[in-house]
Amino acid sequence: MTNRIDQKFKALKAKGKKALIVYLTCGYPDLKITEQLVLELEKRGADIIELGVPFSDPLADGPIIQEASEYALKKKINLYDVFSLVKRLRKETDIPLCLMGYYNPIFSFGQVRFVSAAKSAGLDGIIIPDLPPEEDKWLADLSRKAGLKTIFFLSPTSSLRRIRSISRAASGFIYYVSLTGVTGERASLPADLKQNIKTIKRYTQKPLCVGFGISTRRQVEEVFKIADGAIVGSAVIRVIRDNIGKKDLAAKAGEFIRGLR
Amino acid sequence: MLPDKTGHFNGFGGKFVPEVLMSSLDELEKEYHRTKRDKTFNQELNYYLKHYCGRPTPLYFARNLTKALGGKLKIYLKREDLLHTGAHKINNTIAQGLLALRMKKPRVIAETGAGQHGVATATAAALFGLKCDIFMGEEDIRRQELNVFRMKLLGARVIPVSSGSKTLKDAMNEAIRDWATNVRTTHYIIGSVAGPHPYPVMVRDFQAVIGREARRQIMRAEGRLADYLVACVGGGSNAMGLFHPFFKDKKVEFIGVEAAGLGLASGKYAATLTKGRPGVLHGSKSLVLQDKDGQIAIAHSIAAGLDYPGVGPEHSYYQKIKRARYVTVTDSQALEGLRLLSEAEGIIPALESAHAIYYLKELSRTIKSKKIAVLNLSGRGDKDIGIIREYLKL
Repeated sequence: MTNRIDQKFKALKAKGKKALIVYLTCGYPDLKITEQLVLELEKRGADIIELGVPFSDPLADGPIIQEASEYALKKKINLYDVFSLVKRLRKETDIPLCLMGYYNPIFSFGQVRFVSAAKSAGLDGIIIPDLPPEEDKWLADLSRKAGLKTIFFLSPTSSLRRIRSISRAASGFIYYVSLTGVTGERASLPADLKQNIKTIKRYTQKPLCVGFGISTRRQVEEVFKIADGAIVGSAVIRVIRDNIGKKDLAAKAGEFIRGLR
Repeated sequence: MLPDKTGHFNGFGGKFVPEVLMSSLDELEKEYHRTKRDKTFNQELNYYLKHYCGRPTPLYFARNLTKALGGKLKIYLKREDLLHTGAHKINNTIAQGLLALRMKKPRVIAETGAGQHGVATATAAALFGLKCDIFMGEEDIRRQELNVFRMKLLGARVIPVSSGSKTLKDAMNEAIRDWATNVRTTHYIIGSVAGPHPYPVMVRDFQAVIGREARRQIMRAEGRLADYLVACVGGGSNAMGLFHPFFKDKKVEFIGVEAAGLGLASGKYAATLTKGRPGVLHGSKSLVLQDKDGQIAIAHSIAAGLDYPGVGPEHSYYQKIKRARYVTVTDSQALEGLRLLSEAEGIIPALESAHAIYYLKELSRTIKSKKIAVLNLSGRGDKDIGIIREYLKL
């Protein structure tokens, strides 16, 4: 069973290219626009899309994504909406789609139902920022069996023991959190980024993508030199926020993504 | 013995946190287990608990209250309200302050609802020379302005939290975000038996001094253990501190009193064990007040310290195995409890503890023969005077 994420990294590697991964909050500002955004961003250079599920208590997120999440929640966006969005998108695109969401709504939905709905909707991977691999191994097992990638995190504070075990547990790619902290734009990349990536690369062959605090072309270029992909979230959510209500919102976000590579 | 090695209490608990915090939790767990057996640490802790905080606290036979409630239920009050800073919270913050020193973390942070845990953390920080930032919801800052001023007097910075419901839950989100950012230099002093492992077990053990003393004291006073232990439950630290040392004494019944707010039918309450279902909030699996989509609900209670949509995982476990039962008391009943104790005994309880006091009235009605109850009077009411005045015209 081939997975779109694996195929994407394989194809990029063959061309000597790196992955640009873009995070979107589903339903921000509405589901129709999220759908347009995915299609537009794909045309403009996004390789993989993370579809964020809004949550009432997003404790790994900074102010920009918190605000987007709160906005989408006022519209009562839930997992059903996200799955039907993915179904609609799958009629139009084969871009790899990962669901990114906090654990409680998924647990509340029920693991078995969640995995089967995610699979049949056409998702390729699952990212849960508050679920380390040692918790709910059942969900990870179910996901793997369904052919969904389980994307786990590493961070600057991960011990060597954790780097080894998490690299083993992760599939699709490994999400390296560039800094200690929450999501949000930063002026520069952390000084220890290069060294940390080098260390992790000694333990794993799996694609390693860097997220948190990446918002400019220069930062994306720097990350592309050392890792397999760069993840952009808050910066694009800011562009969306600044263009809410405008007809060319998707085009503006597309221009921004185009400008990153 | 629970929790197991991974911090689970029979399905509840665990570590549901971003990766960046996992190493710190491991470090904390190791340090905590080391200090548990460390003679110097325990001597030091006991020194401060005795000479600085004022332990042991009295177990006071509330003769007037006993009489006022009919005389069948003999009521003892565990006087945590007499501790330095006015509540049981200091037992835990002194211990975690000492842990922070050992881990060489120069800064501590905390979340606070009623402000009692914030004051207790600021106090420990002042005592041990630690830098201190307290996260507090804007709504709670308004309700508990006296405690805000106390924290500032003690040299702490109070950081207002304006997201979500602007109460304890949101303060805790913000504290976790700060901790994730400054994890290398900062120790997060969680104030309840909630949060990721090892906090629930660690805070329980630091608060268990309440129950250990109560056991000695009730044996001395009555020659036997109490029939009931009664305590209010928000996150659940004062209740767990009292209950835990009696876990194996099957004849001692544990009663946790949750906040029913405006009533269980109103939708505005903080009765997590009564109305919640399993979920994950702030790093551990427990019962959680949430909507059908798994979004966390906004809790309500007149007592800021109970105004929390989660509860410590060990309480969920106690409920599951039926070791404890959990009942509810509304805002207005709590005010009645507050007046009852104030007028009968000359003790003004915190609004949190007043919930437990009111429940004694209901308990008295149901018993047929003479029984003994120990109630954890977890805090004094001084901090609540402002809000009580909004409700009571005297």
